[in-house]
Amino acid sequence: MSIAEPIPPAELKAKPPASPAKRNRRWAGYTHLLMARMKELKREPEVIFWVFVFPLLLAFGLGIAFRNKPADAPPVVIVAGPRAQDAVALLEHSPQPGAFKIQVQDADTALRGFRLGKYDLVIEPDAQGGFQYRYDPARPESTLARAQVDDALQTASGRHDVLETKAVTSSDPGSRYIDFLIPGLLGMNLMNSGMWGIGFALVDMRQRKLLKRFVGTPMRRGDFLLALLSSRLVLMLIEIGLLLTLGVVVFHMKVMGSLFSIVLLGSAGAVAFGGIGLLTASRAQKIESVSGLMNLVMMPMWIFSGVFFSYERFPAMIQPLIKALPLTALNDALRASILEGRPLSHQWPRLLVLILWGGISFVLAVRWFRWT
Amino acid sequence: MSSMAAAIQCRDLRKTYDGKVEAVRGLNLEIQAGECFGLLGPNGAGKTTTIEILEGLLEPTSGEVFILGHTWRENEREMREWLGISLQETRLSEKLTVRETVELFASFYREPRSSDEVLHELQLTEKADSWVGKLSGGQKQRLAVATALVCNPKILFLDEPTTGLDPQSRRQLWDIIRAFQRKGGTVLLTTHYMDEAERLCDRLAIVDHGQIIAEGSPSDLIERLGGHHVVEFSVTGNSDGAALEAWRKLPSVESAREDDGLVALNVQELHLAIPALLDEVKRQESELLSLTTRQASLEDVFVRLTGRHLREQ
Ligand SMILES: Nc1ncnc2c1ncn2[C@@H]1O[C@H](COP(=O)(O)OP(=O)(O)OP(=O)(O)O)[C@@H](O)[C@H]1O
Ligand SMILES: [Mg+2]
Repeated sequence: MSIAEPIPPAELKAKPPASPAKRNRRWAGYTHLLMARMKELKREPEVIFWVFVFPLLLAFGLGIAFRNKPADAPPVVIVAGPRAQDAVALLEHSPQPGAFKIQVQDADTALRGFRLGKYDLVIEPDAQGGFQYRYDPARPESTLARAQVDDALQTASGRHDVLETKAVTSSDPGSRYIDFLIPGLLGMNLMNSGMWGIGFALVDMRQRKLLKRFVGTPMRRGDFLLALLSSRLVLMLIEIGLLLTLGVVVFHMKVMGSLFSIVLLGSAGAVAFGGIGLLTASRAQKIESVSGLMNLVMMPMWIFSGVFFSYERFPAMIQPLIKALPLTALNDALRASILEGRPLSHQWPRLLVLILWGGISFVLAVRWFRWT
Repeated sequence: MSSMAAAIQCRDLRKTYDGKVEAVRGLNLEIQAGECFGLLGPNGAGKTTTIEILEGLLEPTSGEVFILGHTWRENEREMREWLGISLQETRLSEKLTVRETVELFASFYREPRSSDEVLHELQLTEKADSWVGKLSGGQKQRLAVATALVCNPKILFLDEPTTGLDPQSRRQLWDIIRAFQRKGGTVLLTTHYMDEAERLCDRLAIVDHGQIIAEGSPSDLIERLGGHHVVEFSVTGNSDGAALEAWRKLPSVESAREDDGLVALNVQELHLAIPALLDEVKRQESELLSLTTRQASLEDVFVRLTGRHLREQ
C-alpha cells in the first residue's frame, strides 16, 4: 500500500480529557428522541405558525365576524308614490319604533337595491289601499323582514292579538357562536396537527432514509413511536392552553368543565389522530403521496364533524356515520365538557369511539409499517 | 457458525427485487476481524444491496449471513450494539446541531463513546453547535461517520463514504478509517474509486452485475492482471480487430484493448515489448502519435475484467 499522509491523524493532536465511558439507561433513547423532536419543532417556524398561530387567528377572525351584536334593523325600501308616506307613518308608529331602516325610492332604484342585497324587503303600496311585499324566500333575513314588517303594519293599523304571548331573550356566554366555535377549532387543530405532526414527520424521515439509519442501531422501535406520540401530547397541552385562553380572555367564554377532563379528552384525541396519522403514513415513500392520502382521510371530517356549524343539519340517515367519525366524537366531547361541564363518566361512548379509532389504527399501522 | 474468527461471512447471497431485478447473484465473502475490506464496482453492481443485507437492513432472497458468528434472525438486538453503519444516502435532521445528532445516536447504545471525543477525532469540534443543515458536504459525510463511530463498534460499514468529497476531505476520512482499524476494528466499505480501494483496503472484491469477478489484495489483483506495466499509444491509420490482434502477439504482452483510438497493452517486460512495438509500427507503415508507459493500477484490473465481461453480454 502506498500511503501519502500530508495530514497528521486526528488522534495525535491534543485530545480533550477523555470522559469516562457512560452507560445508557433504559429510557435514554426515548428521552433523546423526544428532546430531539421538540427541538426540531421549536426550530421550525412553519410548525409554530400552523400549529399555534393559525388556529388562534382563525378563532379570532371568526369570533369577530360572528360576534353577537344587537340584531341589525332590517333595511326596507318603500316604492315612492302617493301612499308611500302612509307606510312610513305606520311603520314609525308601530310598537317598536326604529325597528326598521326605512328608505323611500323610485321603483327602479328600489328593485335594483333589493337585487343587490341592499334592502331586505320592498314595500309597494297597491291600488286597493293595501301593500304588496316583494321578498326572497331563499334569504332568511328577507323572510324575517317580511314577517316583522307585516306584524308592525298590522298592529299599527289596529290588529288585536287574540293569544297572549311572551318572549325572553337569551345570549348568555355558552350559547354564542364563538362558544360553539372554539371547541370545534380545538378538535380540528388536534386532528390537523396530529395527522401532519406524525404522518408527515414519518414519511419525511423515511424518504430521507433516516428511519433506515435508526433501525441500523439498537434503538427500540416502540420507543421511537412513543417519543413521536409524546411530542404530540406536549403540543396538545399548548394548543389547548392557547385556544382556551383566547376564548376566556378575548371572548369572555366560560369554561364549565374541569381542566383535567379537557386535557384527558384532548389526549384521547391526540392519541386517536396520532394512530390514524401513523396508519396513513405506514407505507408511503413520498411526501406527495402521503399528503394526498392525508387530505383524503381528513376531508370527510372537515365537512361532517361539526367544526364550524352543527352537523344536525345533515340528513338523519347519515347521522350514525357522522357520529362514528373520530373528530365528531372529539368535538362533541369537548363541547359537552367545556360548554356544559358534563362529567367524563357521561362521555364514555365518545371516548370509546376515539380509543377504538386510535387503537385499531395503531395495531394495523405497526403491522404494516415500513421502516426502510 | 463455522469459523469463529470471521467478522463477516456470507454464503451464496442472492437478492431479487420485485421478482425480476437480480441485484445480487450468489455472493460469497469472508472478512476477518481487523481487516479493511472493500467492495469495488460500477453503479448498479449491487454493492449497496449487499452491504445492507450484511447490515441486517434488507432481507436476502436466499443465502446466509454471519456477523461474528451470529445470524440476524437469532440475535438482532445484540448484534446492533456491535455495528457502526453509514448508509449511502441518509439525510440527518437539518435542524439539530452536530452534537445533538451524535448524542442522539449515542443514546441508543448501551455503552457509547463520549460524543466530544468522537467529534474531536472527526475534526467536528468547531462545528459542534452548528445546525446539520449548515454543514458542507464533506462535514456531513464526516458527521455520518461520527454517528457510526460513537457506538464504539467492532465492525464499521461504510457505503461510499467519500463520494462527492474533494481530495483533501477524502484523505481526512481515510485517516479516520485507518485509525479505527489500528485499534482493532473491522471495516467493510464500498467505493468506486480505485485509488481509494488501493490505498485503504487490505483486501477487496470487484463486484459486477451482482457477482464477485475478482478478489484479493490490491497488489495481488494487479499481479494477476499479468503485467505490472501498461503501455498506451496511438498510431495513424485505421485500427481494427486485426491490428489489435497484432499488438497482442508482441513479445511479453499479456493483453491488449482499445479505447477511442488509444491502444493499451498490459506488459510484463518493457525492454522486450517496446522495441517489438516500434518494429511493428514500422512494418505497418504507420506513424506513432503518442506513447506512454506507467505502473498498472486497479483501474486496469477493473477495465480489463469488466471490459471482457461487458463484451460478452
Ligand atoms: N429497492 C429496489 N427496488 C428495485 N430495484 C432495486 C432496488 N434497489 C436497488 N435496485 C436495483 O438493484 C441493482 C443494484 O443496486 P445497488 O444499489 O445495490 O447498486 P450499487 O452497486 O450500490 O450502485 P451505486 O454505485 O450506484 O450505489 C440496481 O440495478 C438497482 O436498480
Ligand atoms: Mg450503492
